[in-house]
Amino acid sequence: MTAPVIEVRDLQTRLVTRWGTIRAVDGVSFSVAEGETLGLVGESGSGKSMTCLSILRLAPRPAARILGGSVLLDGEELLTKSEREMQRIRGKKVAMILQDPMSSLNPVFSVGMQVREPLALHRGLSGRPLTERAIELLASVGIASAATRLGAFPHQLSGGMRQRVVGAMAIAAPPRLLIADEPTTSLDLTIQAQYLRLLKDLQMRHRLAMIFVTHNLGIVAKICDRVAVMYAGRIVEAGPVAAIFGAPAHPYTRLLLESVPRLGETTEWLTAIEGQPPDLAALPPGCAFAPRCPQAMDRCRADAPPEFVAGPAQTSRCWLQAPP
Amino acid sequence: MSLLEATDLTKHFPVRRGVLGRQVGLVRAVDSISFAIEAGQTLGLVGESGCGKTTTSRLILRVEAPTDGVIRFEGSALDGFDRDGLRRYRRSVQAVFQDPYASLDPRMRVGAIVGEPLVINERPSASALRERVSALLELVSLPARSRDLFPHEFSGGQRQRIAIARALALSPKLVVLDEPVSALDVSIRAQILNLLRDLQRRFGVSYLFISHDLAAVAHMSHTIAVMYLGKIVELGAAAEVARRPKHPYTQALFSAALPLRPGGGSDEIILAGEVPSPLDPPSGCRFHPRCPYAMERCARDEPLLLPESGRLVACHLYPGA
Ligand SMILES: Nc1ncnc2c1ncn2[C@@H]1O[C@H](COP(=O)(O)OP(=O)(O)OP(=O)(O)O)[C@@H](O)[C@H]1O
Ligand SMILES: Nc1ncnc2c1ncn2[C@@H]1O[C@H](COP(=O)(O)OP(=O)(O)OP(=O)(O)O)[C@@H](O)[C@H]1O
Ligand code: SF4
Ligand SMILES: [Mg+2]
Ligand SMILES: [Mg+2]
Repeated sequence: MTAPVIEVRDLQTRLVTRWGTIRAVDGVSFSVAEGETLGLVGESGSGKSMTCLSILRLAPRPAARILGGSVLLDGEELLTKSEREMQRIRGKKVAMILQDPMSSLNPVFSVGMQVREPLALHRGLSGRPLTERAIELLASVGIASAATRLGAFPHQLSGGMRQRVVGAMAIAAPPRLLIADEPTTSLDLTIQAQYLRLLKDLQMRHRLAMIFVTHNLGIVAKICDRVAVMYAGRIVEAGPVAAIFGAPAHPYTRLLLESVPRLGETTEWLTAIEGQPPDLAALPPGCAFAPRCPQAMDRCRADAPPEFVAGPAQTSRCWLQAPP
Repeated sequence: MSLLEATDLTKHFPVRRGVLGRQVGLVRAVDSISFAIEAGQTLGLVGESGCGKTTTSRLILRVEAPTDGVIRFEGSALDGFDRDGLRRYRRSVQAVFQDPYASLDPRMRVGAIVGEPLVINERPSASALRERVSALLELVSLPARSRDLFPHEFSGGQRQRIAIARALALSPKLVVLDEPVSALDVSIRAQILNLLRDLQRRFGVSYLFISHDLAAVAHMSHTIAVMYLGKIVELGAAAEVARRPKHPYTQALFSAALPLRPGGGSDEIILAGEVPSPLDPPSGCRFHPRCPYAMERCARDEPLLLPESGRLVACHLYPGA
């Protein structure tokens, strides 16, 4: 086993709002090795983006506070770095594709200027080679007529094109760790497949560690090595992809897998997980999933389950896995 | 009579360069397409990123004026509407946009965002408004305290649900849904899709449903239109198009659907060749440079959208064309 590129231990991020404190990230731990891809999945609002943003110390100020834990990048603690040091790490050692492409794009600058910037900054390119590399990069993410498109402004591109431009910027200089937060939501399947292949290629060549946040379980199955399932700010199940898909331990994971509509199925109604997602400002005592869990027992409503071993390298926070 | 009918709808964007704004090209975003949306039904619109789906929806919403072509709503052309007619049209046609970040006013609280269409159009009493907003938030599974928060205080999927609640506030006749569920996890996605279907059943609302999630499109739609580079290449009953696609592009698109299980085989047809450009669309059939069946005439003649196996297909493989 090589040392992990990124190791997150017991990360605690709170969001302070006028209506109370939200436990957005509540004791999250994981690590990702060189050349490995960790898929981060889970319900909308479960804290996936906050986990990623906390790693880069980009969680929204002033609401967000990182209260504890540790984030080690190649053994170096990031949580105690100064903002100046973090700026150097972002983009160079850790790159992130943000969920909202428009927050990484400046509406008043052309796409060309924005793609050239990381190339100039981290690759030291200028002049003609810089423009050529920018065109190449845009073409590699499937932007047609890339040379003509350099002059386009973000609003003149389609949703999926904007998403790919942001992806191109993130891989302009291959980082040690690439965090991709929902990078393919606006892409059709053929372009998505091409884009995923590009990321995989890049990963193989540079041995990058990758954290891939997605709602698309098909993508997880295709490109991830391990997967962590989040619910209400916690990782409720984690393990190798084959184990999670083949033998999900946590009831939430199981229901998540059952909710996927499949092509060719003609059911009238899709399977949904009953009930409301939890309010993170007022979590129930016990297991956060208990109010919606079809298998909940008395114990679940009283005590929060710790992490249990559910299989080789598989863990689950569910009382069903408690050793007898 | 269809609820909405588009005939030869076209939108070209000039590409300009330099201080003088010299025109250096033309993006043929939507190039003479025709389709209809029936009352109480869903038209699914699918196709490669950049093929013109959002532009089509912006034309329907009149955020963008067509370069050519006509849109009729309940039989009357939109161009002929007076201010009153236009106001009624805007009320009847609502939208959920692809980008939930950009479409919500960051300075308004969620309660005001969701309630705004009601306030403008129905002037309900304060207590009635509170109740309606609560019901809408509950419909999309957001906690009641959400009403007092600002959009930036929500996750991506939660923002999309705010937009859906707002679009449904006025019981519109047509809702344009541009990637309404791609930001949502599968379980909430299922809830929202079920909700949309239930509303259609109960109130007869029509949808234009744009999504890259083909299973969701097949599940939601009565009719599917497949676009490629600004053109409709296949149009027909959803079950037929999804299960027995005829156009080579539709076949490639649907074959690329990822298997759910790791190692599960997919008969993915990898599309060879460059992604084509709407700035310089290929001659003849726009798909010919990437088509595995392309024949000589495909590069020369543009295939027309003609009947084939109970749907419309634009491809020279079929005798009708
Ligand atoms: N700026 C903010 N201020 C207060 N609360 C916030 C803020 N941003 C997010 N939240 C809350 O923090 C929680 C976690 O949000 P996060 O964005 O991490 O979710 P997510 O898992 O990425 O969801 P999605 O899949 O919808 O993107 C959510 O409940 C959200 O309401
Ligand atoms: N305001 C504009 N000015 C210039 N070109 C534009 C403008 N809006 C859209 N386009 C171009 O029109 C084409 C179609 O874009 P559109 O947004 O309709 O695609 P789409 O099918 O919705 O794609 P996606 O699936 O990526 O959202 C693209 O090439 C885009 O760059
Ligand atoms: S017309 Fe020709 S090139 Fe176009 S899809 Fe049909 S066979 Fe392929
Ligand atoms: Mg998120
Ligand atoms: Mg679009």
